[in-house]
Amino acid sequence: MKKLLYAGIAGIALSATGAIAQVDQDAPTGGSMIVTYKDDVATLDPAIGYDWQNWSMIKSLFDGLMGYEPGTTTLRLELADSHDISDDGLVHTFTLKDGIKFHNGREITAEDVKYSLERVTNPETRSPGAGFFGMIEGFEDWNAGEGEGLSGVKVIDDKTVEITLNRPDATFGHVMALNFASVVPQEAVEASGEDFGREPVGSGAYKLADWTPGQQVVFERFEDYHRAGVPKLDQITFEIGLEPTVALLRMQQGQADIPGDGIPPAQFLQVMNDPEQADNVVEGGQLHTGYITLNTQMEPFDDKAVRQAVNMAINKDRIVRIINGRAVPANQPLPPTMPGYAEDYEGYAFDPEKAKQMLADAGYPDGFSTELYVMNVDPNPRIAQAIQQDLSAIGIDAEIRNLAQANVIAAGGEPDQAPMIWSGGMAWIADFPDPSNFYGPILGCGGAVQGGWNWAWYCNEELDARAAEADSMTDPDQAEARIDAWRQIYLDVMEDAPWVPVFNEQRFTYTSDRLAGDDSLFVDPVHIPVNYDYVYSTEAQ
Amino acid sequence: MRGYIIRRLFESALILLGITLVTFILLYLVPADPARQIAGRSATAETVQNIRDQLGLNDPFFVQYARYLGNLFQGDMGRSYLQRAEVSELIAARLPASLMLMVAAIVTELIMGLTIGVVAALRRNKFADHSLMIFSFVSISAPQFVIGILLLYVFAVQLGWFPIGGYGTPAHFVLPAVTLGFLGAGWYSRMMRSSMIDVLAQDFVRTARAKGLSKGRIILRHVMPNAILPIIAMIGIDIGLFMSGIVVVESVFGWPGIGQLAWQAIQRVDIPVIMGVTMVSATAIVMGNLLADLVAPLIDPRIKTK
Repeated sequence: MKKLLYAGIAGIALSATGAIAQVDQDAPTGGSMIVTYKDDVATLDPAIGYDWQNWSMIKSLFDGLMGYEPGTTTLRLELADSHDISDDGLVHTFTLKDGIKFHNGREITAEDVKYSLERVTNPETRSPGAGFFGMIEGFEDWNAGEGEGLSGVKVIDDKTVEITLNRPDATFGHVMALNFASVVPQEAVEASGEDFGREPVGSGAYKLADWTPGQQVVFERFEDYHRAGVPKLDQITFEIGLEPTVALLRMQQGQADIPGDGIPPAQFLQVMNDPEQADNVVEGGQLHTGYITLNTQMEPFDDKAVRQAVNMAINKDRIVRIINGRAVPANQPLPPTMPGYAEDYEGYAFDPEKAKQMLADAGYPDGFSTELYVMNVDPNPRIAQAIQQDLSAIGIDAEIRNLAQANVIAAGGEPDQAPMIWSGGMAWIADFPDPSNFYGPILGCGGAVQGGWNWAWYCNEELDARAAEADSMTDPDQAEARIDAWRQIYLDVMEDAPWVPVFNEQRFTYTSDRLAGDDSLFVDPVHIPVNYDYVYSTEAQ
Repeated sequence: MRGYIIRRLFESALILLGITLVTFILLYLVPADPARQIAGRSATAETVQNIRDQLGLNDPFFVQYARYLGNLFQGDMGRSYLQRAEVSELIAARLPASLMLMVAAIVTELIMGLTIGVVAALRRNKFADHSLMIFSFVSISAPQFVIGILLLYVFAVQLGWFPIGGYGTPAHFVLPAVTLGFLGAGWYSRMMRSSMIDVLAQDFVRTARAKGLSKGRIILRHVMPNAILPIIAMIGIDIGLFMSGIVVVESVFGWPGIGQLAWQAIQRVDIPVIMGVTMVSATAIVMGNLLADLVAPLIDPRIKTK
């Protein structure tokens, strides 16, 4: 049995190395902020919400056993007081903190943890996150609608829950930090039924105070929150229905604190060129990669040399310029902020001459015709045109298929429909900050199925085996070796070139003068747009 | 007259039924799988299949359609795939805002349109007429999105007379209503102008003038009531135009109406919500047309009902 040490416990040691963001513990509490959004919030049910708008709102309303140090990708204990793991890596034992309460005032017990995990994996919940819990023993049966719950989750006593896995899995801590693993009170879920997403009851730093459809959602400080001094603000108002352009006007008039949908592309330069406004913009990385998929099962992309040639044909710097420099060029699947990113990898350099030569060697001296699928929302069609021009320079005639998002996703899920897809607008943003999260569904054999997300239909069984092996390295001592293994897997993927990695989007969070906090809170890797729990108001006393 | 009303009501019901069928077919044919939208990108094929089963998406088309109609007749429009809430509740929460905006827009377009039309007709072929007609031409052709943003920028941001989008007070109504009414104002001003010119040339106007009535009295009591007839019949038809307009205007001004709801549902392939909003707006359009047809003979006995 090993006790896993997290930042909270080993805090002093880690912060000395600078691994933990400087969250200002003495920041004043009080005040409020206004966040604007265009779309109404779909749901605040943690088992169901899975878009980037409700993702961090849910994080503020609910807590799970695990969480992250604010502003970082470092795991920490949240509702759990300790996390022990058996020597074979299969049995995880969590004890709960004392005196933690739901918003309805009831104390949280181990039963609630079991109920919540069984709810999210119950097929009747139709949770988009059920698949994340596949490593828990008994998942297959329960998720198929058989049996009486998750056999792998046992309540030992009021404060202790024991979770048995069917395979050692190094990502389990991250999975328990997902919104889907949030702890919910059974009585509130049953009282609300299908409407729980409108009447959420959790144990997060904020509780829901008001929701007027199409107008506003209001969060209020939860006085009994288990972390003293958190949240910093008394209230957050999410104003709904504001176009990004209109939201920016509100910002400039001092009537909003954060435009939740970001700075609209058309106004980006205007904001950045105005020193006063640019001063309020925080730039940071994102766990995002934009890529072109090359369908490895369709001619001529079934030929590795053709795929490599396409990799050399794309002028990524020009594409980054098209989006006003809101990204950095990419040469591998992992984004730079992700553990396992290969710093010294050079990738395929932009070299149209060599690309043309490679195409000729592969038997296409005159190029060929193909189709490029793209989502029809700016700037993606413009990016597709740039790709089209780059391809025509080496003799490939790509016809652009401009479609609605759902239609592009549907085409990618068919084995023989989309030879090339520009992923913009649908590209992968990691669910949790671990390199494995960029593999399974989008590059692994499991995703290369009808309706899957592996649009390159790339399936390399040797790499799949190595991926499984890496994820079975659960011993904390092996953490570094595991990251190295993943790094090599992605470099080998690049050798096969099923993708052209194009860029990693940067985040630009624009805030009013009324908000303060460490910069890392405004580009928090797991909270978009900002970490609602820790930013504070300059107007607070 | 009663027979006519019953027949028209029956026809309207048939039209609505036809609309449910056409919309259902279109949504059925869309190559986007709602189950995959719900399941998200990490879902396994089994999860997606399970969701399809639960929502009955694997049933043959006619089974799905019959089930939808059956529920609809019992007043059940189903639950949103994504929000999980009752579609009827979602629409009921938003319909009042849309209806109020529509009424405000009708008032706006009538005031603007009729005033411009009357002035232009009375100043026919003079400078005022020409410039007003150019204005109405612009208002017909300009995209509502552009007008909305322009009005916001000038009157809300620069002058600060109105709030920058949102909902709640009478001041919030002004800019969206003007944006929505702008298009109709253009049409009405042109119609009112030509209608006025027609009526001004009629014999009874000459008689009135010969009787020695003042010019103002002739215009107000004799010309305008006659000239306005064709316009009243138009208002019913206008509702169709508004239904397409509110999607744009509500999204520009952040108006919490059904246009905004429809826009979001379409983006997320939320079929029950799309069906629900389509049904509600189709009903409004059909009722508007029906009303226009029923009102026309009341105000102009020359129009006969059979």
